[in-house]
Amino acid sequence: MENLDTFRAETRAWLEENCPESMRTPMPERETPWGGRNADYPNPDTKLWLDRMASRGWTAPEWPAEYGGGGLSKDQARILQQEMSRINARTPLASFGLWMLGPALLEFASVEQKKKYLGEIVRGEIRWCQGYSEPGAGSDLAGLQTKAEDKGDHYLVNGQKVWTSYADHCDWIFCLVRTDSSVKHDGISFLLIDMETPGVEARPIKLISGASPFCETFLTDVVVPKENLVGELNKGWTIAKRLLEHERTMISAMGMGGGGAASMGGMEAMAKENFGEDGDKIADPAIREAVTNHKMDHQAFALTLKRAADEAKAGQGVGAAASMFKYYGTELNKRRFELLLDVMGTQALGWEGEGFDPRELSITRSWLRSKGNSIEGGTSEVQLNVIAKRVLGLPDA
Amino acid sequence: MALVLTEEQTMLRDMAKQFFTEQVPVTNLRKLRDEESADGYDKAVWQQIVELGFAGILIPEEQGGTGFGPIGLGIVMQEAGRTLAATPLYSTAILGAGLILASGSEAQKAELLPKIASGELLTALALEETAHHNPKQVAMTAEQNGDQIILSGQKSFVIDGHIADKLIVVARTSGAAGDANGLSMFLVDAKAKGVTVTRTHMVDSRNAANVNFDKVSVPASDALGPLGAAMAELEAVLDLGRACIAAEMLGGIEAVFDTTLAYLKERKQFGVIIGTFQALKHRAAEMFCEVELCHSVVLDALSALDERRNDVPRAVSLAKARLGDAARVISNEGVQMHGGIGMTDAVDMGLYLKRARVQAQMLGDTNFHRARYAELGGY
Repeated sequence: MENLDTFRAETRAWLEENCPESMRTPMPERETPWGGRNADYPNPDTKLWLDRMASRGWTAPEWPAEYGGGGLSKDQARILQQEMSRINARTPLASFGLWMLGPALLEFASVEQKKKYLGEIVRGEIRWCQGYSEPGAGSDLAGLQTKAEDKGDHYLVNGQKVWTSYADHCDWIFCLVRTDSSVKHDGISFLLIDMETPGVEARPIKLISGASPFCETFLTDVVVPKENLVGELNKGWTIAKRLLEHERTMISAMGMGGGGAASMGGMEAMAKENFGEDGDKIADPAIREAVTNHKMDHQAFALTLKRAADEAKAGQGVGAAASMFKYYGTELNKRRFELLLDVMGTQALGWEGEGFDPRELSITRSWLRSKGNSIEGGTSEVQLNVIAKRVLGLPDA
Repeated sequence: MALVLTEEQTMLRDMAKQFFTEQVPVTNLRKLRDEESADGYDKAVWQQIVELGFAGILIPEEQGGTGFGPIGLGIVMQEAGRTLAATPLYSTAILGAGLILASGSEAQKAELLPKIASGELLTALALEETAHHNPKQVAMTAEQNGDQIILSGQKSFVIDGHIADKLIVVARTSGAAGDANGLSMFLVDAKAKGVTVTRTHMVDSRNAANVNFDKVSVPASDALGPLGAAMAELEAVLDLGRACIAAEMLGGIEAVFDTTLAYLKERKQFGVIIGTFQALKHRAAEMFCEVELCHSVVLDALSALDERRNDVPRAVSLAKARLGDAARVISNEGVQMHGGIGMTDAVDMGLYLKRARVQAQMLGDTNFHRARYAELGGY
């Protein structure tokens, strides 16, 4: 315990000295520190903060120090997180490499691969995207057809990926590719591809929210060195599934009210603004009931996330918890935005320009974006299938 | 505090689980019902519960109890709820012991608590007067007459009312229905002159009664706590009761879910196991998520009570409201997924369905607790 107290004191002092003032303010979306070769830092402090944190490995606090991580214990990592929260420090790096690929590499990659890729991720040098879905392989992901042919000293990759997040801004892509067409799950491999390789092309897809966070990614005669294969040939599905768990955990956090402008605390205040107050109460009884129900669902979900974390710490696992959280969290988030629309009326229906304040416009766009939460990373229906099969043991048809 | 059971609590749970599963299975309730038991509970089972220390679970060791606290109590209630065990735990070990501990004089505690722990004394809370829980609406009067108090009025839904030795009566020494102030509590002998107890046969085959008080005279020294100021302590103990019913309901929905899931894996139609149908799989998976959320809110409510957190009322209302809704949905699904056989008395689904509705009304239904949650949150 004494060691942890010392760690806390040192961490606090270091953060005080090294976290720039502007990195202790709420983060506008355009300042999100995605990193990468072509990273754009509208606020130069973002880069400074990233470099300082990365120098200690604290962008990936629990990764081993030999691969550039912080090498912290769980308790130390929690203290770091607490000390960062204490000064409202921004996250130094937002990255699919950190959240999804890194944990999978730690588990499945060779030592050489870990040395090369993990360090780049920790330092925010390479921005990764995920090449999973294809036009013909959505919920049935294992039906993917993008082919990697063995050409002796390299693989030749041909096919098309879709829903690749920010592919037009990314440097590398981790891909599921078919290396054996005679079998389904056992013919898939996990391949890392540099997007500067000739034959890789990313085209943004315009969504109903007006934004284009996803791309179609075309792979035409792309030459990929053999050492870019992670794990064994034709064993990529195991990696894919593990990585999806990390993705689901990440997405389910949205149920907790990410997206700032529409934060939970604001819901009842907005309801009072729109419908008036009767004493302390929201004057409209139907809206009051809906808001209350929602807040109670939110609290029950938050307690369940806490319980799962506490159980994990105590060494009691909740099986397939990731699917449960993904399902409940994303459905909850969709309900939240629908309720905000009810609360705000026509003020939540502006597209742009005069007549709406930025917060209102942001809620409209976030409402539209939220529709994808229960589709990406495995639809709600797929999550329910996973729970039925893996947790409840219900048989396949 | 972490939302996980300690080693000691896990041992208590295992012990309670084994006891209720082996000694008080659902057939015990069926037997009481079918034999039209006059008591409505099994005295031999109650004696075993006393010996296990569950009757004195709230009571400190120096007064003959085991002092396991709210989480321990909730764990026992959850396991009792799994098998629909009909016992006076709620009326006596929770509300009776709870109110005496919270409001009793040293003399009352010294006299009554050891008797509760040893199983000699059964109590019942006479609170409700209408078909919906609402403590502030108590209208029954308690008039002071020298050193005597005269109680007049009617109470309903008095759980275990007809087997209780002592009734804890909530009545008004001042103010009018709707006022939080002016409520007082009295210990009244069930056999006192002017007390008429009428057993009411409820849908869940468990004990309840209506009690009439016709100018019942009790000495002022039998007041439980100060006159006119019972609300704060009463509410605190009601919150304990609410959390414990929520825990009992959790046990009930777990039992319904487990039984239904087993049935989905065994029942065949169209030549296949019905659990292969996606329409049923998805509903089962949704129930699983709901049961998990219920676990969390119940454990948090019990923890809040255990740690005397200042958000006890909100945590408790969150749990009682959620379990009310969840138990309705899951008990309905249990019947539906069993199909025709689920409608028969031979299968336990109906027993859980009926119990769930009574539990939902005990100490406030979902509407009551949702409104309370909002009010406490300032909206």
